[in-house]
Amino acid sequence: MLVSRNGRADTLTVRARVIDPSGGLDEPASLTVEDGVITAIGAVATVPEGLVLAPAFVDPHVHLRTPGREDEETIASGTEAAAAGGYCAIVAMPNTEPVVDNASVLEALVEEAREHAVVPTGFTAAISKGQRGEELTEMAELAAAGAIAFTDDGRPVASAGLLRRALAYSAVADRPLALHCEEPTLSAGGQMHEGAVSAALGLAGWPSVAESLMVERDLSLAAYEARPVHLQHLSARASVDAVRRARAAGVRVSAEASPHHLCATDELVRTLDANVKMNPPLRTEDDRRALVAGLLDGTIDCVATDHAPHARHEKDVPFEEAPFGVTGLETAFGALNTFLVRTGEVPLATLLERLSAGPARALGLPVPRIAVGEPANLVLLDLEAEWTVREEAFRSRSANSWLLGRTLVGAIVKTVADGRVVFAS
Amino acid sequence: MADAHPRHLLGVSDLTRDDAERILDTARALERSLDREMKKLPTLRGRLVVNLFYESSTRTLSSFELAAKRLSADTMVLRASGSSVDKGESLRDTALTLAAYDPDVIVIRHPHIGAPQLVAAATEAHVVNAGDGKHQHPTQALLDLHTIRNALGRLDGVTVAIVGDVLHSRVARSLVEALLLVGAEPVLIAPPTLLPRDVEALGATVSHSIDSLPDADVVYVLRMQAERMEASYVPSLREYTALYGVTPDRVRPGQVVMHPGPMNRGVEIDPRVADSGASLVTTQVRSGLVVRMAVLYDLLTAPGLHVASAPIMEVA
Repeated sequence: MLVSRNGRADTLTVRARVIDPSGGLDEPASLTVEDGVITAIGAVATVPEGLVLAPAFVDPHVHLRTPGREDEETIASGTEAAAAGGYCAIVAMPNTEPVVDNASVLEALVEEAREHAVVPTGFTAAISKGQRGEELTEMAELAAAGAIAFTDDGRPVASAGLLRRALAYSAVADRPLALHCEEPTLSAGGQMHEGAVSAALGLAGWPSVAESLMVERDLSLAAYEARPVHLQHLSARASVDAVRRARAAGVRVSAEASPHHLCATDELVRTLDANVKMNPPLRTEDDRRALVAGLLDGTIDCVATDHAPHARHEKDVPFEEAPFGVTGLETAFGALNTFLVRTGEVPLATLLERLSAGPARALGLPVPRIAVGEPANLVLLDLEAEWTVREEAFRSRSANSWLLGRTLVGAIVKTVADGRVVFAS
Repeated sequence: MADAHPRHLLGVSDLTRDDAERILDTARALERSLDREMKKLPTLRGRLVVNLFYESSTRTLSSFELAAKRLSADTMVLRASGSSVDKGESLRDTALTLAAYDPDVIVIRHPHIGAPQLVAAATEAHVVNAGDGKHQHPTQALLDLHTIRNALGRLDGVTVAIVGDVLHSRVARSLVEALLLVGAEPVLIAPPTLLPRDVEALGATVSHSIDSLPDADVVYVLRMQAERMEASYVPSLREYTALYGVTPDRVRPGQVVMHPGPMNRGVEIDPRVADSGASLVTTQVRSGLVVRMAVLYDLLTAPGLHVASAPIMEVA
């Protein structure tokens, strides 16, 4: 269930190169939206240079910090950031204060989203009470109250026994599990990827095997229980390989990668900037290439920002004291276009698919389509626009971006979500 | 005239080979002043050196204090413990508070990597890293170079075997980098569990056996902390000592032995080695004083900044 505040459906006409990778559409066209519904798509001879109209993006992994840390993000600020990033739907994680582990917390969030969410927002609920990894939440009731999926994101389900029960029981709730894969005894104390850079810096390592080992375990359990799983923010080559093998063997698995893991490596940690500290950590160029290869062949079917706002004073500390996480909603497309599309690593159409239809399918959300009769969920992109990432410009309440000060190419011109213009530059 | 001296000493990577050699030459000149009856030099009169210590460290703190005093600088010590975040005032706020006194140098020791960088970014002072987490301890590396050069008469081509817990050692990281900088050859000797993953990236030769010890000119022993056993880095101190302890039978005549202190006698180093003629441990302490004097002098007399009242050679 996606919810947003009420508003009037808009009417507009856009001339641009129209791309819908799922429908095989890529042509210069004039597209008309009337009362929030696409009513006409007509081929035209010329369109403004650099403008692309595509299905708006879907983010399966956002931290809205509400309830509990409204100083870092609110439903209003987080969804405004999403709108500015080209998103027509986002899914919020339940690791809030309190944790979304019972229907009353979830219902309050849904109510708040109906008041304040600028773009349609879905909520996940925890797999285990308090995300403590001990007892299951009341999944059926939570699903009835609107939970899109279940996840203990931020931490793994350490107990294989509990995860097995959760997988089996998730059939009753008819919702997928989204899993944060981290073997805690291997990652304990880890500050960054374990490798040459951590050796030089003396920072405790968070080895890639701590992720891939858990990916293998979770996929084995998913296969055994014949349940679908969604693997969050993969970062390591061995994890991508494991997902590819499991899918070939018939396991129903979807997988995310974040813009930072797709674009950057642990070399950035040499700056000791706390804004390059995230969990899982940035890994090597070899891992990054494996993620990109996974994005290309569909092993990685979703780009997920893992937008994780943090207060400035919590990040403005020595690296080891800083919390994990970076923001990403407002920079995702710019970063991916700059570092992957313009460099020739990833075709634009593939990226657009992984930003929209891929994540929508993975979490069972409506897939944004460009076709007559469809509700308008559109993003208008300027592929040539250069802009510099600045703290003042963020709609998010937090500015802990790994891209601060960098110049990106590719900007969001307009976002239409559920028939309404929610952002216009 | 040389280009700008480094503005800070946050890590060995701030130094070129020329910088390192200039500081060592200054230390050598200053060493002569220690033998005089009047040991105090007026060089940094009126300057303020703040020692900001978030970890207890008798050795390093007293060395920096005395170095600054011997150069006639005013000194101030601020001690704090634990994480700055948990205990109220943030490191940045502490740095900004200190900055109000216009210190010329802030010497910082902190349990976490990157603290010196943060202070350098927040203030106008020159910042000297006196140890940050497991990252760097550049003045220790420089004092070790000074000690080796005095003992062997050269640095180029000298082989230094660094024995012990490399994984958790900022001393080892800084020393390897410094040895490579001046053309010496570091060899790391440790069990695989006490070496970082991808240790080759540090540029040193690596061995898991103490049998390679006799090839070295210098035996550099790292402190072995008891808490390493709790996390099963080694099964027991007893087994560690049996396999990696620097004992008299493992030290070849002609080798010199160093240790950054404090020593665990009977664990990583046999008392008979620690107290032998081959041991340079107390020499290292004396080197620490002159090298830290040289570092303060170097930072505060850089071209383009206020020049100190008198060149050291005139007063020496």
